[in-house]
Amino acid sequence: MDSGVRAPTRRQLLSAIAKVGGTAALYQAMTTLGHAAETQFHGPPNLQGARPGSTVIVLGAGLAGMLAAFELTKAGYKVKILEFQNRAGGRNWSLRGGDTYTELGGATQNVAFSQGNYLNPGPWRIPHHHRTLLHYCKQFGVALEPFIQFNHSGWVHSSQAFGGKPVRFNTAAADFEGNIAELLAKSVNAKALDDTVTQEDRDKLLEALKGWGMLDNDYKYSASLRAASHRGFERPGGGGVNGAPIPSKDLYGLHDVLDPQVWTSMGFFMNHEMQTTMFQPVGGMDMIGKAFAKQVEGMVTYGAKVSKIAQDDKGVTVSFTDVATGKASDLKGDWCVCTIPLGILGQLDLQVTDEMMAAIKAVPYSGQVKIGLEMKRRFWEEDDFIYGGHSFTDQEIALISYPNNNMFKDGPAVLLGAFARDMGAYRLAGMTPDQRIEAALAQGSVLHPTSYRKEFASGASVAWSRVPWTLGCCARWSDEARKEHYQTLVGMDRRIVLAGEHASYIGCWMEGALLSSIDAITRLHKRALEA
Amino acid sequence: MRKIIVLTAALLAFPAAAQSPAGGDTGGGITRVPKPVTGEQVYGAVCQACHMPDAKGATGAGTIPALASNPKLAGAAYPIMVVTGGKGAMPGFVGILSNAQMAEAITYVRTHFGNAYAKPVTEADVAKIAKPPSAGGH
Repeated sequence: MDSGVRAPTRRQLLSAIAKVGGTAALYQAMTTLGHAAETQFHGPPNLQGARPGSTVIVLGAGLAGMLAAFELTKAGYKVKILEFQNRAGGRNWSLRGGDTYTELGGATQNVAFSQGNYLNPGPWRIPHHHRTLLHYCKQFGVALEPFIQFNHSGWVHSSQAFGGKPVRFNTAAADFEGNIAELLAKSVNAKALDDTVTQEDRDKLLEALKGWGMLDNDYKYSASLRAASHRGFERPGGGGVNGAPIPSKDLYGLHDVLDPQVWTSMGFFMNHEMQTTMFQPVGGMDMIGKAFAKQVEGMVTYGAKVSKIAQDDKGVTVSFTDVATGKASDLKGDWCVCTIPLGILGQLDLQVTDEMMAAIKAVPYSGQVKIGLEMKRRFWEEDDFIYGGHSFTDQEIALISYPNNNMFKDGPAVLLGAFARDMGAYRLAGMTPDQRIEAALAQGSVLHPTSYRKEFASGASVAWSRVPWTLGCCARWSDEARKEHYQTLVGMDRRIVLAGEHASYIGCWMEGALLSSIDAITRLHKRALEA
Repeated sequence: MRKIIVLTAALLAFPAAAQSPAGGDTGGGITRVPKPVTGEQVYGAVCQACHMPDAKGATGAGTIPALASNPKLAGAAYPIMVVTGGKGAMPGFVGILSNAQMAEAITYVRTHFGNAYAKPVTEADVAKIAKPPSAGGH
């Protein structure tokens, strides 16, 4: 191996390729070397050489807007940000004890969580391949900790299977796989697959089914220590006289495990975005928004409600009113990066092409509901041995998710008592905050019957369809709308470019907002230099 | 409160299963939510999430329009078009609600909240305007 010439390390090689060929070449090379296909992030944009005195107006101090301001400032632009709220971060948001939140319709909640506890109403978990977000978290000093995405001990509850009782994820999954394996093995042994599978592969398949599905020597999924090692024991192994394990006996049959709640709960973890490892910021998701805000300190005008965006050959004029005083102002700049959610943007007076206006109005928003419930003790850990992760239910709340930090501690903890979507979300959103908490307690009690109500201390809910500054949670592109409008939406409209999760193919994720922002400002900068 | 419990019991007879859409950060698994039938039920289970229980809408950075005392509801075609196809941030409900559910909801809104457009909107009226849903999620 040691030939006297030191072969470059992979890192040195990639670094050299990047220097010579730029990031595109680097990306190409990394893909060829087989380890970069997980992201379109090729490093920060490193824009340089803005024309002296050039100005950019950024609308919205969410992550997309703040990243645009940060990178454009580095490039030499003078940047100002207008933000409707009195807080930076946008949907990157945490609610803590002492916070007050007023939703559309006027209902106000005073959050009463204990010190250190929080609810992340918006984003709450970060996939390991969201490299842009992870890059800036590191650069801006945001501490991350593991988010426990996959917990085999969580409950799976279906109102139409297992007698309506929650069962452990590992039990449901094991019995699904066991039953399917047995069925497939039966087909093989009944020669039903002889026409399509070779003898050699049939043998391998049977071996695989036995191993994967925990089948016995007769290719049956039956009560055995093998099956128990997957689904759980009646009495797990111990020490001494009664140390021998006893397998669980009442395996669930095909009919129960074919309930769609089982395979959709299993399939959920197959999604690229949902694969472990996942992360969360230490102390609440808004640590990210706060870290971004520190980078753009002094640039943000808060409480600014934009009503009009005008543009001509010379520049952009944004009209806005101060929410507190009603005072109207105009802000002029050479360029504009607009991150206002589309449902709101479409209601403003915009000087953009008809095509752009049609694109802005073509994308509906989802309306998820999240409910945080503070419990006086960690009964899910102490009584059910669930440490982080999720339980799934087919009720409106959709899931219960358990805190990923402070495990084994005494004292109150906040769990996520609902992450409702679609029809479940509409129902919960239509309720008063008190009714939502009651619904979450009633539905959560099905999964944790003895402790849920008893240990409940306080709750808070956010129905995204009633969030005053977004009118929804995330852009929901249909394939049809993408085809017709997406390229228009992300294109520069003279001096205005849009950015945000809605201008990406990673909708509803912070990563999409950031990648969109980088792409938008890169094109804006190019256009500005050409102008 | 008692009214809510009775209503829920009645609705539970018709659960509709919904699988999580592809893409985006979502809860996983399926949900089976009681299916609302009457116009009042559909309004309460769906529409009021945004338009509010009094149908007066609300204003923040943008506005959710009021349905109460709204002259745009005088003709049935406009509300049918909006409910089936969506408008701005509001999604279209084709494929989510049945034509009958949408007809009931529109009729309910057109005859309540200070609106008095007595002629009922029928399932057939909705079917004439509803376009098939488009695939996709995010």
